[in-house]
Amino acid sequence: MLSRLSVGPATVSELAEPLDMTLSAVLQHVNYLEDTGLVTTRKVGRTRIVEPATAGLGEVRDWITAHEAAWHTRLDRLGAALDAIHAPERETS
Amino acid sequence: MTIAHHDFTIARTYAYTPAQVFEAFADPEKKKLWFGASDNLTSTFGTFDFRVGGTESAASEHPGGVRTTFDADYVEIVPAERIVYTYRMTMNDVPLSASATSIVLEPVEGGTLLTFTEHGIHLDGESGGTAREGGTLQLMDLLGKALDAIG
Repeated sequence: MLSRLSVGPATVSELAEPLDMTLSAVLQHVNYLEDTGLVTTRKVGRTRIVEPATAGLGEVRDWITAHEAAWHTRLDRLGAALDAIHAPERETS
Repeated sequence: MTIAHHDFTIARTYAYTPAQVFEAFADPEKKKLWFGASDNLTSTFGTFDFRVGGTESAASEHPGGVRTTFDADYVEIVPAERIVYTYRMTMNDVPLSASATSIVLEPVEGGTLLTFTEHGIHLDGESGGTAREGGTLQLMDLLGKALDAIG
């Protein structure tokens, strides 16, 4: 399913076609993939379009934002680690 | 496929001397207390060779079965003053980023000003069919496990 999506968006029916699966089973998989953030879906009329969430510049931007945020968190933790490392000597001084 | 360049700077003041802050980077046991330590990921530390030309590596398991690796090369180390290194990251064995980083320590009133600056090149993980395939296979494995859990 993800291999098919790696070449572009598809409808749920299109995803079900090559797989020997019922539409409801495919929908269950799609819901799972959406929950885990691997795909996004949108409705066009009565058709549900499934798109991979791992392609495109948006994904890279999200990653960069997360990457920078991770360094903020890490440097906050460094402050807490310094407190932990030097707490004993402060208590005795 | 896409490639993005991103630079950022983070400044923090710590109520410790530059030598004490430097030690939290130089001593592997102290570094483990803050680098890669988090409630929602498990990190495995590999090499830790804190000297010019030395390397450092770590791998982390994230929620959802995502695995990232960190591999750094130390370019310059001046105790209590600065650390310069380059590092690259992968996600599920696909190249993710290459960065050059400087960490500058300056004594200021009340402690040490740490300035972290990074120049980064970020990849979308689709640079090459084999890499993409590897990433997709990992995702398929993840999906398989999840489906097993769903029953």
